Amino acid sequence: MSQIPEELRYATSHEWVRMEDDGNVYVGISDHAQDSLGDLVFVEPPEVGDEISTGDECGVVESVKAASDIYAPMSGEVIAVNENLEDSPELVNQDPYGDGWIYQLKPANKAEWDELLSADDYATTLEDDED
Amino acid sequence: MPYIPHTPDEVRSMLDTIGAESIEALFDEIPAHLKADKLDKLPEGRPEMEVLAQMGERAARDGQPLCFLGAGAYDHHVPAAVWELATRGEFYTAYTPYQAEASQGTLQTIYEFQTMMSRLTGMEVSNASVYDGASGLAEAVLMALRANRKSKSRRVLVPDAVNPRYRAAVESITSNQGVEQELVPFCTEAGQTLTDSLKPYEGDDYAALVVPQPNFFGSIEEVDALTNWAHEQNMLVIALVNPTALALLTPPGEWGQQGADIVVGEGQPLGCPISSGGPYFGFMCCTRKLVRQMPGRIIAKAEDTEGRTGYTMTLQAREQHIRRSKATSNICTNQGLAMTAATIHMALLGPEGLTNTAAQSHSKLNQLLDKLTAIDGVEKAFTAPGFHEAVIRLPKPAQAVVDALSEQNILAGYPLSQSYHGQDDQLLICATEKRTEDEMDRFANALQEVLQ
Amino acid sequence: MSTNPLIFEHSRPGRRAAAQIPRAVDDNALADLPAHLRREGKPALPEVSEPEVVRHYTNTSAQNFAIDKQFYPLGSCTMKYNPRGANKAAMMPGFLARHPLAPERHSQGYMECMHELQDFLKEVTGMEDVSLAPMAGAQGEFSGVAMIRKYHEANGDDERSEILIPEAAHGTNPATAVMCGYKVREVPVGKDGDVDLDALKEAVGPQTAGLMMTNPSTCGVFERKIEEIAKTVHDAGGLLYYDGANLNAILGKVRPGDMGFDVIHMNLHKTFATPHGGGGPGAGPVGVSKRLQRYMPTPVVGQRDNGSFYWKDTDELPDSIGHLSAFMGNAGVLLRAYFYAMVLGREGMIRVGEYSTLAANYLSKRLQDVGCDAAYPSRRASHEFLLTFARQAKHNGVTAVDVAKRLLDYNQHAPTVYFPLLVPECFLIEPTETETKEALDRFVDAMENILKEAKDDPDLLHGAPYTQPLTRLDEVQAAKELDLAYKEEGAA
Repeated sequence: MSQIPEELRYATSHEWVRMEDDGNVYVGISDHAQDSLGDLVFVEPPEVGDEISTGDECGVVESVKAASDIYAPMSGEVIAVNENLEDSPELVNQDPYGDGWIYQLKPANKAEWDELLSADDYATTLEDDED
Repeated sequence: MPYIPHTPDEVRSMLDTIGAESIEALFDEIPAHLKADKLDKLPEGRPEMEVLAQMGERAARDGQPLCFLGAGAYDHHVPAAVWELATRGEFYTAYTPYQAEASQGTLQTIYEFQTMMSRLTGMEVSNASVYDGASGLAEAVLMALRANRKSKSRRVLVPDAVNPRYRAAVESITSNQGVEQELVPFCTEAGQTLTDSLKPYEGDDYAALVVPQPNFFGSIEEVDALTNWAHEQNMLVIALVNPTALALLTPPGEWGQQGADIVVGEGQPLGCPISSGGPYFGFMCCTRKLVRQMPGRIIAKAEDTEGRTGYTMTLQAREQHIRRSKATSNICTNQGLAMTAATIHMALLGPEGLTNTAAQSHSKLNQLLDKLTAIDGVEKAFTAPGFHEAVIRLPKPAQAVVDALSEQNILAGYPLSQSYHGQDDQLLICATEKRTEDEMDRFANALQEVLQ
Repeated sequence: MSTNPLIFEHSRPGRRAAAQIPRAVDDNALADLPAHLRREGKPALPEVSEPEVVRHYTNTSAQNFAIDKQFYPLGSCTMKYNPRGANKAAMMPGFLARHPLAPERHSQGYMECMHELQDFLKEVTGMEDVSLAPMAGAQGEFSGVAMIRKYHEANGDDERSEILIPEAAHGTNPATAVMCGYKVREVPVGKDGDVDLDALKEAVGPQTAGLMMTNPSTCGVFERKIEEIAKTVHDAGGLLYYDGANLNAILGKVRPGDMGFDVIHMNLHKTFATPHGGGGPGAGPVGVSKRLQRYMPTPVVGQRDNGSFYWKDTDELPDSIGHLSAFMGNAGVLLRAYFYAMVLGREGMIRVGEYSTLAANYLSKRLQDVGCDAAYPSRRASHEFLLTFARQAKHNGVTAVDVAKRLLDYNQHAPTVYFPLLVPECFLIEPTETETKEALDRFVDAMENILKEAKDDPDLLHGAPYTQPLTRLDEVQAAKELDLAYKEEGAA
């Protein structure tokens, strides 16, 4: 059973979102997502300054056997990317909700936060997937 | 039964194991009315001896004319060992190296090929080859569109002096994705693409500029200036190069301030006979930054569990068998065998062999030009220096001259009228290290007679 | 440490393969090359002697599995015997020396072979016409879908934006559709391996440009409802594309043209026994129905009333999708396929379908008898079939890859693994018509042993192979380091 921290919100496409006090959010991929991809060998984050809309493809995570797009869980401007992933993509495997964050976003519309899945709802979608 | 080993007894026993009455019964899931009739229009099978005899007669009928025709396929010497080795069963009848432990022969050869091409072009990365130079250019254009993040354009700048057959293939392969080629005119005196001709495009959004070296007319381009111009305009530079020429000319990795971004070309001159146009191979190199946008197979060095060095396919997540509709290309094969031949060819020639091949070819072009332009009314069409091809102007339509010389078993060259308007009197000729003084004299004498 | 040094590691400064080096030219002969465009120094190719090169590449080749050495039952790849005669024919000096732009008078012999090959392929596939231009299966697919696009465009039918593809299809299918500017919609496959017809009926519509299908499918079974599928797609105004990857199964028995397909590509490196060469060159001719004939890729060989042959190019086929290569495709591969077609002839073609199907059904039955699980046990195998190791994965922790790697120790090449994706832990096995019964039996014996090992000693399989030049490679580390070209020690 993969970890699904309570305080985060999730997209059905397996991204997680963490809201900071300043209103900006961190985005990464869930424990379930990193586990099904296997050892990551490359992460391509969006570029700082990119304006992205909910549902946009805005990056790629790549393992030896698969590559998967990262979709934007919320609209906004990319204000930082995790540069450590360039040399150490394995951080996403080791610590998907911490050191393995992928980019930071300044949301254009904070109301979108409420439309994301809660931890419980995300857990339910994972169970449904397994059926 | 050619190539089928089963005796009647074995067939019976196999059917018994399956529990089927007859071979025909194995097709019982196919609706009966769909089954083929007797295929009466097909010929009866024949033994190898007869088929070889007939093909031998036809091969001989094509006459092996004396070749001064290039235009994208070059008649260089191929060492005897090259195809003796490449057609060894272990290379010839192996599959794509999906099982790395059982395919180290192929994988290591590709790694050696990648290394040689990287060094020849001055680029960091090479793939394991694509189909040919023309389709390789199409792949390079698509790659540039993906890779150039500063450009939103689906347009690329392509000099009119790029091989017209390449431009046609790029059109066929990329137009369905909305790609447009904007033709950059060449200087009709120099036979080159001048940076002045690029001025009208300044400030416009194009994903890339194609820079040929040499261009279709054999002329050597001012690649540094062209490269710098493109980079100032936020375009990527796709170098389209003759690999033999690179033994003498600046490798694309060193062009201008930053070097080319993508390099493609026809690999045929490196060990493939001209053989009716194929199989050849296209080579494709790029900077390390762009490696994930590169189509085709790429091999990396790896370690096994005992710490020994081996080679394996890598970055497969770009490819169609994993990435499906989001793959960089639909390409699966490379031109494995032709690429293997090229690797062996380059190993045999070495630095000195390839350099001398290029130098001899260039020097013989100049000898040939001296002989031909000594004929009344024949002159060089362009002022730019050439590599081993050049355009000459004739006092008669070039097509008629080519037709007449072909009667004498001489391929005189490529009449530019086949691809360019208003250049009916121009003929593209080629020399390689193989052409002898006698052969050049024969050509010159025949040309003189035809022009009288 | 390396088991087989690179050619670069044999290099010594000043060593030469002297017989291969053209005479040096006088420096003056290069004086007209502009100095600022000259290369500094010579390209850093290896400096080795000719005997070393021959020995090195002979030893390197020996590290490969190959059909000439081993049974190679890769599904959907058709690894059959590659006749040596075909190689001899294609390497005749007259063919090798023919310049691709040589005039007709110097091309009649070559063109006659190609014209006959076109006719042969037309008859055996039941199509109206054939172009030999595409250089590989994927390029054949590209031409086919590009023709479908041109056809709709010519009819002013601009709304068609989707290509339908069964989920079991080769990855090239969706990649090709995208290269042709289409969106992809996947159609599910039912539990019996056939396309889910109800789902297909729901998926088709005015947006459907066409359906790409392999038949027999990549599940190794003949699509029984093919005519209904064809009708469904045609009724919606779409066209039907036949991926010829599995043509070997039905050669001489059923013709794609008769099944209602509008366009087909053939993999001559599979069905017509030309070599795979470690990954090419292939050849992927396309066959077309009458309504797509005018869009065929060029050039095509035509014949005049006086019997002479000529190239039909875009001047005669102005609606063609155009050229796909600089010249006319992989000529040398086409000559090999021509040789094969002429040796086999009519009866030989029919036997290919028959005996490849016999071998596959025999092998499938025997493997099930020794305890392997078939993915579609109720179905006839076509020329290939699917096994699944889901049971072993669950109970013994042994995956399809483990079994595949262990097979190498039994001197058998592994079948295709993990394809199609919808069957878990699968093997796609294609024995072909050219393997003896003993070879098939040896494979069964190996698999029986491996199943036993999987139960008794799963770790033995996890560590396999043991008999190859190398053990398993660390692909993750390789992808992270991306060492793609050799650097001499001490080099920057």
